[in-house]
Amino acid sequence: MATFFDINLFGLFGQLLIGLINGSFYALLALGLAIIFGLLKIINFSQGALYMLGAFAAWIGLNYLGINYWWALILVPLAVGAFGILLERILIRPIANEDHLYSLLLTFGIALILQGLFTHWFGSSGLSYEMPEELKGGTRLPFMYLPNYRAWIIVFSLAVCAGTWFMIEKTRLGAYLRAGTENAQLMQAFGINVPLLVTLTYGFGVGLAGLAGVLAAPIYTVSPDMGSNILIVVFAIVVIGGMGSIGGAILTGLAMGIIEGLTKYFYPEASNTVIFLVMVLVLLIKPAGLFGKEA
Amino acid sequence: MYNKKLNLVLLGLALVAPFVLYPVFLMKVLCFALFACAFNLLLGFAGLLSFGHAVFLGTGAYVTGYVMVTYGVTPELGILAGVVMSALVGLVYGKLAVKREGIYFAMVTLALAQLAFFVFLQTPLTGGEDGLQGIPRGKLFGLIDLTDNLTMYYFVLAIFIFGFLTIYRTIHSPFGQVMKAIRENEPRAISLGYRVNQYKLMAFVISATLAGLAGSTKALVFQLASLTDVHWFMSGEVVLMTLLGGMGTIWGPVLGAATIISMQNFLASGPLANYIHVLMGVVFVICVLAFRNGLVGELQKVIRKNSG
Repeated sequence: MATFFDINLFGLFGQLLIGLINGSFYALLALGLAIIFGLLKIINFSQGALYMLGAFAAWIGLNYLGINYWWALILVPLAVGAFGILLERILIRPIANEDHLYSLLLTFGIALILQGLFTHWFGSSGLSYEMPEELKGGTRLPFMYLPNYRAWIIVFSLAVCAGTWFMIEKTRLGAYLRAGTENAQLMQAFGINVPLLVTLTYGFGVGLAGLAGVLAAPIYTVSPDMGSNILIVVFAIVVIGGMGSIGGAILTGLAMGIIEGLTKYFYPEASNTVIFLVMVLVLLIKPAGLFGKEA
Repeated sequence: MYNKKLNLVLLGLALVAPFVLYPVFLMKVLCFALFACAFNLLLGFAGLLSFGHAVFLGTGAYVTGYVMVTYGVTPELGILAGVVMSALVGLVYGKLAVKREGIYFAMVTLALAQLAFFVFLQTPLTGGEDGLQGIPRGKLFGLIDLTDNLTMYYFVLAIFIFGFLTIYRTIHSPFGQVMKAIRENEPRAISLGYRVNQYKLMAFVISATLAGLAGSTKALVFQLASLTDVHWFMSGEVVLMTLLGGMGTIWGPVLGAATIISMQNFLASGPLANYIHVLMGVVFVICVLAFRNGLVGELQKVIRKNSG
């Protein structure tokens, strides 16, 4: 640590930044999972595949349809959300009342299909997505260089997470949603259209994955297996945070990103495993997760 | 009586099979059938969906491969080492996983398996991306040369039968009855005074041990232990085999494994080679939506309908 005030500070903050960016993606994906799980009690194993779909949709939009990044940011989550709603209506709803493990297996199958199709169409090597002109370049801070696009990811995804949290915890719509998770039948008796609420929730949760995909496209390679790799980390995050909590998903996602970044700086060999180690520790101390309610 | 006859016929078929079909293919089927049976013990009879079972297959394969390559021990000792290590990993992982139920259990096992995946990827002992290659088959008890595929086949068949009978005995024991009771109604099992978590842990360890046995054997057959064995995709594949064959049935996982392996072998050389994952996904979706009892389960339904 002799060089703490020297060049290594750059390295440390660089890793912290990468950690924060990864954390933003974790938070968006974990949030989507938490919302879907909260109302539908479905573990959506295809969340990673839909994140991949979002990135590919942005890529196809830019290269074939002339849809630029900013439009993709709006259109792709809507399209992925709509695709998700279709999946929910056709495939998931028929087994909604069965053991929840079946929905896990079903969405796993869907993920395999999507990933397999994209591997076949685009190969597994990955494509690159041109960064939008407005966000190129960066700012030189006293302790590090901050690329604009990366700053944008953090600010934007935090805003989306905070907005979602506010909507669910503080508004009337959110109150319906939370009530629906407690007792769907009672809500129905009060005249709330629960099936519609379920569909919209699923669409929204899946749309978040699509949004994360668009955000990821310019800085990661767009490849068919980008979703499956991140998904399992997100599952671990969900276990750490505790499934019941929306805020828990967001905070744990960010925190794990940062912990991963710090590990990459101090002990790089463990950076891929540290989140799973945290998970083991949390399970030993608090099996329901940090923010979860005891089942 | 009917079952006894059927079992004898199947045993006879297994004994002559290598003269008709390619022995390496049959050995692959047997290894995966044992793996699926071990997995089914947990899912089908204790109601626990482990989504990280590949870790035990991989542990068995890697440990056996490592001791065979490094210390040149005989195959039975190599397998023993792999199995013991899988049992130990199963004990540790089981203790962590049985704290949670249902979907949480699935996610915890998945994440724990991923932890192991990175360990296998990064320790210098396992050959990283390349895995362990050129594992010798060696001489069984120092006497019987296993390099011959036919000899190896009968050795693998013996291991499979041993594993299968162990599972059969476990299911039909008082312990197995308690497991079923837990699957059907856990709160009631608790109120009857059973220490449910201990039973679950026991089932988990038995399943992990036998999955390790399958992995160790597989490492000898293919003389290879690789990251494919521990990848989460493998964990999904064994779920598919069990689901397709019929979970909670004795023969379901065997049939499921045979079907999936045949499908893969058949497709790999055909024009649909690129679509293997897509097709597996489709089979998954169809199984969950349309016939959740699997091949054997549906067959039993038909037989029951005709006889009753």
